[in-house]
Amino acid sequence: MSFSRRSALLTGAALGVAPLSRARAQANTIRIGVLNDMSGPYRDISGPYGVACTKQAVAEFGAQGFNVEVINADHQNKPDVGAGLARQWYDQGVDLILDVPTSSVGLAVSQVAKEKNKAYINTGSATSDLTGAACQATTVHWMYDTYMLAKSTGSAMVKAGGDSWFFLTADYAFGHALERDTANFVRAAGGRVMGQVRYPFPSTSDFSSFLVQAQASRAKVIGMANAGADTINTIKQAAEFGITRRGVKLAALLMFLADVHALGLQTAQGLVLTESFYWDLNDRTRAVTRRLLPHLNGAYPNMASVANYSAALHFLKAVKDMGVAAAKASGTELVNRMKAIPCDDDAFGAGSIRVDGRKLCPSYLFEVKSPAESKGPYDYYKLLGTTPAGEAFRPLNEGGCSLVRS
Amino acid sequence: MLDLIEAYLGVPAPLLFGQLLLGLINGAFYAMLSLGLAVIFGLLNIINFTHGAQFMMGAFAAWMLLAMGTNNDAGLGIGYLLMFPLFWLVDAMTLKYQVSRQMRALAFGVVLLLFLPGLMVSLPGIGPLASVIATTLDLPTRIAAVLAWVFPNGLGYWAALPLCALLVGVNGVVLERVFISRLYKLDHLYGLLLTLGLGLIIEGIYRNKFGSSGLPYRIPAELQGAWDLGFMFMPIYRGWVVVAALIFCLATWLIIEKTRLGAYLRAATERAELVQAFGINVPRMITLTYGAGVALAAVAGVLAAPIYSVNPQMGSNLIIVVFAVVVIGGMGSILGSIVTGFGLGIVEGLTKVYYPEASATVIFVIMAIVLLARPAGLFGRA
Amino acid sequence: MASETTLTAIPTGVVGKQAPGIWGFNGSQLIALLVLVAALALAPFFLYPVFVMKLLCFALFACAFNLLIGYVGLMSFGHAAYFGMGGYIAGHAAKVMGLTPEISIIAGGLVGAGLGVIGGWLAIRRQGIYFAMITMALAQMVYFFCVQAPFTGGEDGIQAIPRGKLFGVISLESDMAMYWVVAVVFLFGFMAIHRIIHSPFGQVMKAIRENEPRATSLGYRTDDYKLVAFILSCGLAGVAGATKTLVFGIATLTDVHFSMSGEVVLMTLVGGLGTIFGPVVGAAVVVGMQNYLAELGAWVTVIQGGIFVACVLAFRRGIIGELGNWFKVKL
Repeated sequence: MSFSRRSALLTGAALGVAPLSRARAQANTIRIGVLNDMSGPYRDISGPYGVACTKQAVAEFGAQGFNVEVINADHQNKPDVGAGLARQWYDQGVDLILDVPTSSVGLAVSQVAKEKNKAYINTGSATSDLTGAACQATTVHWMYDTYMLAKSTGSAMVKAGGDSWFFLTADYAFGHALERDTANFVRAAGGRVMGQVRYPFPSTSDFSSFLVQAQASRAKVIGMANAGADTINTIKQAAEFGITRRGVKLAALLMFLADVHALGLQTAQGLVLTESFYWDLNDRTRAVTRRLLPHLNGAYPNMASVANYSAALHFLKAVKDMGVAAAKASGTELVNRMKAIPCDDDAFGAGSIRVDGRKLCPSYLFEVKSPAESKGPYDYYKLLGTTPAGEAFRPLNEGGCSLVRS
Repeated sequence: MLDLIEAYLGVPAPLLFGQLLLGLINGAFYAMLSLGLAVIFGLLNIINFTHGAQFMMGAFAAWMLLAMGTNNDAGLGIGYLLMFPLFWLVDAMTLKYQVSRQMRALAFGVVLLLFLPGLMVSLPGIGPLASVIATTLDLPTRIAAVLAWVFPNGLGYWAALPLCALLVGVNGVVLERVFISRLYKLDHLYGLLLTLGLGLIIEGIYRNKFGSSGLPYRIPAELQGAWDLGFMFMPIYRGWVVVAALIFCLATWLIIEKTRLGAYLRAATERAELVQAFGINVPRMITLTYGAGVALAAVAGVLAAPIYSVNPQMGSNLIIVVFAVVVIGGMGSILGSIVTGFGLGIVEGLTKVYYPEASATVIFVIMAIVLLARPAGLFGRA
Repeated sequence: MASETTLTAIPTGVVGKQAPGIWGFNGSQLIALLVLVAALALAPFFLYPVFVMKLLCFALFACAFNLLIGYVGLMSFGHAAYFGMGGYIAGHAAKVMGLTPEISIIAGGLVGAGLGVIGGWLAIRRQGIYFAMITMALAQMVYFFCVQAPFTGGEDGIQAIPRGKLFGVISLESDMAMYWVVAVVFLFGFMAIHRIIHSPFGQVMKAIRENEPRATSLGYRTDDYKLVAFILSCGLAGVAGATKTLVFGIATLTDVHFSMSGEVVLMTLVGGLGTIFGPVVGAAVVVGMQNYLAELGAWVTVIQGGIFVACVLAFRRGIIGELGNWFKVKL
């Protein structure tokens, strides 16, 4: 975000939508609630951009015989606030809740959606439990999860020559899951794990001593099983200690274009990471990016923000397909219809939703360009490898989702 | 010999030395931040909860100075920071010439008018009207334009060190004059609550304006590269951080312990009324002390900018640890905060080798032990 | 401490005067209590029951916090530890061990109190700011523990906790059934706090707040009193956290995080330090704000900070304190 007047006005305009939420739900109006982090650490990943992407989807969907309204709110990364808002929204006639980053909030909202029998598409959480042990008939998990990130980065990296790993792991469930899954894929692909260090989360800001330990292990790849500011700090300090210059690759297990932008190419160059979307991937992604850019306030879309575009579009298609009244009547039926019809949009191309609620799309392994290779704004990635949609995610039978057996 | 050490310690000696050194560097940040807290606490009796936000402001100000030639937001940020000296000037002048209350209010009103419309534009609901005014009459916007014209390449690290200290320090001075000075007659806990609130506001504003994912800031060209110490590669910048922190800490200590000004300060800490009776302007001394403590935090922020992620929450993560450091050292003890800062950095570094999972908790465990043995802290007076 | 005004804004002299009334409530407090009970009975029919339940849990939490700051003059800056830990324990008890809700809540309270024994034992060695910082540091340790410990589920938290059956018989799955349980727990806690304040023990607490050296010189072992008050406060905070966990079916890191410690201070400050009803009103304001400001997005933190500043500078008595001052009654 910025200090510019225009942005300020845009924010004001976005906020002006709020009173709409108090309007009575109308029979012929479909309401989408974007619930995300507008004021905390995950703001730049989706936040206002996620809202803008959703609105763009609605605009492109156009008039199809029913009205569509988009409202949004800030869950402040508090599960009780998120669950409370979700409950209120569903009761006020919101038909879909979208986005919801932060696993604890994402899972809590999933419970509410099930209880209210309303549709819920999560695009922002990383926990693979959403389509595993905690899966619900009303929930779709649209974007990345820990399994997909681990698989893409772990196996594709080994194929690209990075066959010995050292893990720098944030010492909590998310970090452990990433480390465990990635290590499995590294071993499965014929690589070796030389060691790992688990550092306390979230209080660590100096990673230099762990990086020195990682370097002492002589591993070719340092896998960063962390996210956000931790990853950025690690990369910054790895550059400072000349670790990347000496041929060690850094593999970020959860990182977005916005993070690379924050680091700058000078520091981030050579970094390897996984995303499901990159604006410069093909003609379709470039086209959708061109349409989105005027609404994004200078930032470029990443997989988390653009997932809201893709998800909202597919949701609206399903609504049209089964009729507004039927869509409003049952979230389970609505989600079943979403699973039944094929997905296709400019951001992720053709795809589908599995019975456990997992949206399938390919994942891409990218390497961050050097400043010399970069030709323009946000020209940051080069493609290293692709995991096709069918293989990118956890196999159906391994998730332990109760919907799979029935 | 090295083998012997290794056999004893269970860790390769080079690794151990490396970690001790790195711990010392972290300690440098702890020392500088806790020193600022100690200076403020000594005279104001306030635990400055805004300290983390001010550390963050220092880092952000460094980025703004660097980027102001190309980035409109950065220039605007500096423009807003420059409003604070203006405030202070009006405050000081009106006090000096003892103008009437009405005149004083009028003067402040004029200053507010110079930037408030532009600020309001970012608030929800007031947008359109204020934006018209803002485009014609908004000082920070004008300043940003001038700055971008004068410094197309921005101002680098070496200029940022003193400038950020000044900008953020003066910001602190105004905070003290406007808010904190109203609380001296109340329980000290109110000061804590007030500064906590101010910190939340500052952090929130920065997150709204600059996002949460952080901004790039590079190591200055002169300090890039690393020394090969045999047992590890030591980035030159890290060495500079330790040296700089030591210089700032020693300078602060010397000023407080060895100069006349320091003598006044210490006297005012003991008995402010008496010092005032000798004709020394104690309120102004308090204001400047707060500014100086804040400036120390800002300098630490600039030092941190090239190696840590420059984001709005960078200070709040660090500050709770620093509070623990202050409790261990003994609140208000200058030397105590310096020594404990560096010492605990080393202890934490060692923990990172032997039991990394506990490296965050170790400082709090030490705090508990110290409290049991010496409730006033290692260097504190009971 | 050589401060001219004590932290609580109640004029000295009012305290200690035993007002006539029932159960230690004076006339105006009795009216306020009746209003409160009536509001409790009617609220779920006008507002979201879940929202009201959340409010009640936070109100109990704030009352427990106020017991310390308002009546002993100790400001804990780490009360989230006891609140959140109570929640985790209750969640674990209900989900993994399959215990009934009342046992889960009691377990949460007991663990909160147990943690309070350790925390209090360390913290009461110092006063004022030192006390605040020590409690904060201890809470930070608890937070780190919760991040790393397997049973808390790390950042996912404990999810889908069943509300279970009260006494193994009455199902609490419906919001209304749960609501009455929460209302009873809240009233129980509220009355317990009131009872403590008006007991001889409470009188000594207030004596410590007003002048600790004098209380010591009168022969009271003030440290013991402070410790017991701390443990009671932590226990009730644990009960509040446990109840909240059962209401939402989740226990997460948010409740042990430092910002929660800050929020409870804010609630008490907004409502009125050292007033009986203040924390309840303060909790309503802060929780309501979080809910309704959510649509304002990014400004929530700034507004919260602004309220802190405004309260400290202009409304140190808080809403209830100001009201009481206006009507010349003690609420």
